[in-house]
Amino acid sequence: MTAVECAGASAGRTATVTSAVWSALGTVRDPELDEPLTDLGFVSRADVSPAGRAVVRLRLPTYFCAPNFAFLMVADAYDAVSAVAGVTETDVALDDHFAAAAINRGVAARAGFVASFEGEAVDELDGLRTDFVRKAVLAGTDRVCRALLANGVERERLTELSLGDAPEGTDRERLRARRRELGLPSGDGDPLLVDPVTGAAVRPEQLSRHLGLARLTRTSQEANSGVCRGMLHSRYPHIDKQEGTG
Amino acid sequence: MPGQEEYAKGWIECFHAYQGLGPADTHWPIDRFRKYSEELMMHDLFEVGHVDVAIFQPTNLRQWYINGFNTTEADGAIAEKHPGKFLVNTYFDPREGDAGMKAFEERVKRYDCKGVKLYTAEWRGDSRGWSLKDPEAAKYLEKCEELGVKNIHVHKGPTIWPLDKDAFDVSDIDYVATNFQGLNFIVEHVGLPRIEDFCFMATQERNVYAGLAVVVGGLMHARPKFFAKVMGELMFWLGEDKLIFGADYAIWEPRWQVEGFVDWQLPKDEELSDFAPLTVTQKKKILGLNAARLYDIEVPADLRVDEAPAVEPVGVPGP
Repeated sequence: MTAVECAGASAGRTATVTSAVWSALGTVRDPELDEPLTDLGFVSRADVSPAGRAVVRLRLPTYFCAPNFAFLMVADAYDAVSAVAGVTETDVALDDHFAAAAINRGVAARAGFVASFEGEAVDELDGLRTDFVRKAVLAGTDRVCRALLANGVERERLTELSLGDAPEGTDRERLRARRRELGLPSGDGDPLLVDPVTGAAVRPEQLSRHLGLARLTRTSQEANSGVCRGMLHSRYPHIDKQEGTG
Repeated sequence: MPGQEEYAKGWIECFHAYQGLGPADTHWPIDRFRKYSEELMMHDLFEVGHVDVAIFQPTNLRQWYINGFNTTEADGAIAEKHPGKFLVNTYFDPREGDAGMKAFEERVKRYDCKGVKLYTAEWRGDSRGWSLKDPEAAKYLEKCEELGVKNIHVHKGPTIWPLDKDAFDVSDIDYVATNFQGLNFIVEHVGLPRIEDFCFMATQERNVYAGLAVVVGGLMHARPKFFAKVMGELMFWLGEDKLIFGADYAIWEPRWQVEGFVDWQLPKDEELSDFAPLTVTQKKKILGLNAARLYDIEVPADLRVDEAPAVEPVGVPGP
């Protein structure tokens, strides 16, 4: 193999690993908005050197975005990137944020949230994350139920249906994935409507309240997503579609 | 404040970015946003902004700004120059202890305050915030009842201790609204980004109100469909008597917000089918009459709306 061919093969390998790093970042979600960082435009840079050193930079819509969510995203991005085959060293950091130093130091040291914010936090972030996956279940419930109602299903019948009765597609699979993540029933034969905490089937007399809360939770989640996207674009006006900002 | 410059700068730039959510012809250059004149404010509010009476909400931030960001005293000085135009709200911070209590009472009497604006997330020394559930906060709320400061505006904001909890958690409002039935709790920007938690809590408390600051300014122009859903939800869960307009000047000018809301209507859309269109009476209440009621502002007879007398249920246990 000539030197030129060797360099070409190496560049090809690097491009493959870089692409795998972007894919890995696409599995990391903003826990609050329940959307991938890459769709939200939160990844400003992700590249890999020929030696396999991955450098990822994250950005958020405001300087004061909640540090607990920011920590989860930086830590999850670190985990996802470092697991990519071909990545030998991982450098993930958040830019332009009031708590960036504490978060970046803590994540790089694999220190956990409590240690990274000494004196300011009493617990790790599992409870917070769980609360927001439950909200994602409610929001996802609204999406699939609306599709069913649009198909002519009567509202009162929703408590009799199973998850597998929801229209096939990304909304159903996303809902299934979130339910599975929480350990809730998630098979096709399991009830369509379940309590996001206990997993119990929603009873007919609870239907109105459950659907109202599902609708409200989705409205909130999508409104927040809209505000965050708008503020990110105000803050970084040069963001273009090439960066995978959705 | 020396050593705090980055935070002070970040704060202003953060809200300048919020301004970007309004119509392009209302955006200000950053220099004007950093320091605008009293003349400009009077023009924007009273000459072109459809404002009859404005309520000042202070934002102290003495941790970051040597003279504070926007204090009761600075607001009070402007209010005294323009009689009848402004009501001055003040603040309390339970971390200021007994000396703070004395100063709070002096401010209330000096500026005839009927309300407070609270930032539970405000930094103070090493503290990154406080909770309305703190016993020290209860002492101040008792003082509010005693002094007739009946309107407690609460800004839900990030970075409250401990950081591992959701920063926008509204359970503290739930707690004090139950304990202080004589006070009104106005949750600014309707608990956004946790409108779902807020609405659900507010349905259980008769003295909790939704402050629409940020909702109108941040959503009506930039995210009209979400604005419609949020208004629908607020009407659905809280109703027309509990929604209070707020312009959030100088982040957004009131003119386009007031004119836009008067002209606004719930779009015809399947996703909004659970909600009814807004009536003129409902808009009047939201834009001014509800605030006038909470603040005892005299409303000219021709601007009032006819209300059916409230019928108290008989023989039904209270909430």
